[in-house]
Amino acid sequence: MNFELTEEQQMLQDTMRRFLSERYDTATRNAILDSAQGYSSEIWAQMAELGIVGALFSEDDGGFGGAGFDISTVFEELGRAGVVEPLLDTAILGGGLIARLGNDAQKEMLVEVIAGELQLALAHGEPESRYDLSRVTTRIESQGGKMVLNGRKAVVVNADAASHLVVSARESGEDDDESGISLFLLPADAPGVSMRGYPLFSGGRAAEITLDGVEVDDATRLGAAGEAFDALASQIAAAEVALAAETLGAMETAAALTRDYLMTRKQFGRPIGSFQALQHRMADMMIELEQARSAVILAAGHLEDAAPERDRHISAARNLLGRAGRLVAEDSIQMHGGIAMTQEYELAHIAKRIVMADHRFGDTDTQLERFIALSAA
Amino acid sequence: MDLSYTQDEIAFREEVRGFLDEKLPEELSAKVASGVVLSKADHDRWHAILNEKGWLAPNWPEEFGGCAWNAVQRHIFEEESARANAPRIVPFGLSMLAPVLMKFGSDAQREHYLPRILSGEDWWCQGYSEPGAGSDLASLKTRAVRDGDHYIVNGQKTWTTLGQYANKIFCLVRTDTNVKQQEGISFLLIDMDTPGIEVRPIKLLDGTPEVNEVWFTDVRVPVENLVGEENMGWTYAKYLLTHERTNIAGVGFSQAALASVKRMARQERHNGKPLIENAHFAARLAQVEIDLMAMATTNLRIISKAAAGQAPGVESSMLKVKGTIIRQELNDLARRAAGPYAMPFASETIDGDNDPVGPGYAAPTAAKYFNNRKLSIFGGSNEIQRGIIAKTLLAGGAK
Ligand SMILES: Cc1cc2nc3c(=O)[nH]c(=O)nc-3n(C[C@H](O)[C@H](O)[C@H](O)COP(=O)(O)OP(=O)(O)OC[C@H]3O[C@@H](n4cnc5c(N)ncnc54)[C@H](O)[C@@H]3O)c2cc1C
Repeated sequence: MNFELTEEQQMLQDTMRRFLSERYDTATRNAILDSAQGYSSEIWAQMAELGIVGALFSEDDGGFGGAGFDISTVFEELGRAGVVEPLLDTAILGGGLIARLGNDAQKEMLVEVIAGELQLALAHGEPESRYDLSRVTTRIESQGGKMVLNGRKAVVVNADAASHLVVSARESGEDDDESGISLFLLPADAPGVSMRGYPLFSGGRAAEITLDGVEVDDATRLGAAGEAFDALASQIAAAEVALAAETLGAMETAAALTRDYLMTRKQFGRPIGSFQALQHRMADMMIELEQARSAVILAAGHLEDAAPERDRHISAARNLLGRAGRLVAEDSIQMHGGIAMTQEYELAHIAKRIVMADHRFGDTDTQLERFIALSAA
Repeated sequence: MDLSYTQDEIAFREEVRGFLDEKLPEELSAKVASGVVLSKADHDRWHAILNEKGWLAPNWPEEFGGCAWNAVQRHIFEEESARANAPRIVPFGLSMLAPVLMKFGSDAQREHYLPRILSGEDWWCQGYSEPGAGSDLASLKTRAVRDGDHYIVNGQKTWTTLGQYANKIFCLVRTDTNVKQQEGISFLLIDMDTPGIEVRPIKLLDGTPEVNEVWFTDVRVPVENLVGEENMGWTYAKYLLTHERTNIAGVGFSQAALASVKRMARQERHNGKPLIENAHFAARLAQVEIDLMAMATTNLRIISKAAAGQAPGVESSMLKVKGTIIRQELNDLARRAAGPYAMPFASETIDGDNDPVGPGYAAPTAAKYFNNRKLSIFGGSNEIQRGIIAKTLLAGGAK
C-alpha cells in the first residue's frame, strides 16, 4: 500500500493551496457570496488556467487526471478554502456525463469546459424525488410528430449560470424504474425551458426549472435511449467523492480555526484552550477528522469498482462524513462562542458548507440505508 | 404523586386557549410558524394585545401591573403560546430589567420605567457582553467615570440583541478599577439617543440582523440612572440571571418544534413512503420525543418545587443544557426532513418579498438550525452551566 499522492497530484495540491490562500481570502469570498452571480468569473478563469478543471478529466477527454484521487485532491483543497465556484456541477456532473456518454460533436464542448469558458448543470432531481436517484417523472412525449420534454426539475445547482443543461427524462417504464431514463444535452435557453434562480444557503446558486414542451431529437440525446441510469449513477458517485472530499477539507479548516482560537481567546485570565472541557472536545474532533480522511480515501480508491462495491464505500464515506461533519461544525461553533455566529467570520461559511453538503445526493440516513442494503447483499 | 392538572389549572388552560384563538392575529402566527423574522411593529402589536388583556407580565407582582401567576400557570401559558405560534415576548425589559428595578431600583425608577415597559413605550436591550468579556463577564471594561452629576461612559458592548429597535439599554459598567473585578461594576440605565452612542449591526450566519455592537464615546449619563448602589452591579446582574433562566428549558418551543417536524415528515416522501414511516428518521424523532417528555416533567418538578418556595439551584443549569440540546436536535431533524429543499437561501424569511422555492415548511429550516446554535452559547454557555453543576456537586470534595 501507498498513501502518498503522485507527484502530479502533489503539485496540484501545492498550486491550489497557494493560489487559494493568496486569491481567495475570507473578504474576497464573502464578496462573491453577496454578488448577484454567486461565483466569480475571474476566479473561475484563473482556476481553469491553473489546470484545476483539467485535473478532473482523463487524458482521452483533454484533461490530465479524472481518477478518484485526482478528484479528492482537488475538492479537498476547494473545501479548505470554502470555494463556492461550481466545479462540481460544471466539471464532474455536466462535463463528466458528456465525457462518459457524448458523441464526438458533444465532446467538443469539453474543450471549452476545461478552458473555463463554459458552465454546465445537471437537471435531474425533481420536486418530489428527494434523494431517490431513479425517480424521474419528467416525460418524453410525442407532440405533433416531435419529441418533447415536460416536467419540473428541482434545486438544479448552477443552472442559471450554465449555457447548457444535462436533462434527465423518462423514455419508458414506471416513475421509479432504473431503466427507461434518458439524458439530453440542451442549450439552457432552449424554447420551453424556464427557470427561477435563487441563492443557496451555503453559497452558489440554483434554480427551479420548468420544461414545457421542450423539443429534443437524436442529436441532443446524450447516450442511448432509456439507458442513462448507470452513467448517471457513476457520475453521481464521482460527485459524491468530490463532495465528501470537499467536506473533509472544510472540516480541516474548521478544526484549524478552532485550534487557533482556543490558543488565542482568553477568558478568566487564560486561553480557553486550557479548559479541559474544551480540550477533550478538540481531541475528539481531531479523531473524527482522521476517520473522515480515511473514509474519503476509501471512497476515492473504490470509485472505479463495480457499482455495488463502489457505492458501498461511497455510502460509508458519506455517512461517516455526515456524522463527523456535523460534530465538527457544531463543536467548532460552540467552542468559538458568539464570534462564530457572525456571517463575516470564516467559520460561519465553512460550517454551512459542511452541514449543507448533507443535502445533496442522499443525506446521512439515506447513505446508511444504502450501506445496509449493499452490505447485506 | 398525581400527574394530572387540577381543575383550576385545566380551566386556566382553556382560558388561555380561548384568548389565543380570539386575539392572536393570524398574520403573526403565520409568520412565526413559517420562521419569518418579525419586525418591530409585529413585536409591538403582540405586546400591546397582551398588555390590554393584562397578561404581559406573568412574573410581575400585581402591584406593578403583573398577573401574579404561579409557576404552573406560567408554564401553561408558555406551552399554549408556543403551540399557537404566538411571537415570543421580548424579555429584556419585562423579565430581565423589571425584576432588578423592583428589587434594587429607587421608587422614582420604578414609577418611571415599569409602566413604560408595559406600555411598550420603552424597548430595552441588554448591554452586558463585550468583545473581551463573554463567559468571563466580570472582566468587562466599559468605563463609567463620575463627573459632577453625570457618569461619562466609554467603551463597547456587543451581541446586543435587537438593539436596533431599542431606545434604552441597561449596561454593566466599570466604576472602580482598584478592587476585585466583581466589586467595581455598576448597573446603569442609558438612553440610546444620548450623543456618543453608535449602534452597528452584526449580521448573524443565517443572514438575520439580530444583534449589534454598541459603541460609547464620552456618553453623559445622569447619576439618577444608576440602579441601586455604585459598585454593586454584579450582585444585581446575578439576580437578573436567575430571571433570565426562567423558561430556560423552552419546553413550549420544543413541543411546537416537534409537532412541526412531524407534520413535515408526514408530507415528505422518502422512497415512495412518507418520511415519518422511515425507520431511521422515525428512530431519531422518537428519541428526541422521549427526551422531551422526560424533560417537560423535570421542568414541572422543578417548577413545583419553586412554587413551594424552594429556590431552584443547579436544576436550572440542568434544564438549560438539556433544553437547548433538545431544541437544537429538533432543528437538526427539521433540516433533515426538508431534504434538498433545505438548500435554498430563504430570503423571504428576512425581507418577505418572494415566495418560498420549495414547500413553505422547508424554507426556514437551515437558517433556524444555524441560528439556534446560539442557544447553547448565550445565557451562560452550556460549558459554563456544566461547570456550575459539577462545582456544586463536587464542592469540598475533589481538590
Ligand atoms: C445570538 C446571540 C445573542 C446575544 N445577545 C446578547 C445580548 O442581548 N446582550 C448581551 O449582553 N450579550 C448577548 N450575547 C452574548 C452572550 O452572552 C455571549 O456570547 C456568551 O456569554 C459567551 O461569550 P463569548 O461569545 O464571548 O464566548 P467565550 O466566553 O469566549 O467562550 C468561548 C468558548 O469557551 C467556552 N468557555 C469559556 N469559559 C469556559 C470555562 N471556564 N470552562 C469551559 N469552557 C469555557 C465557552 O463555553 C465557549 O464554548 C448574545 C450572544 C449571541 C450568540
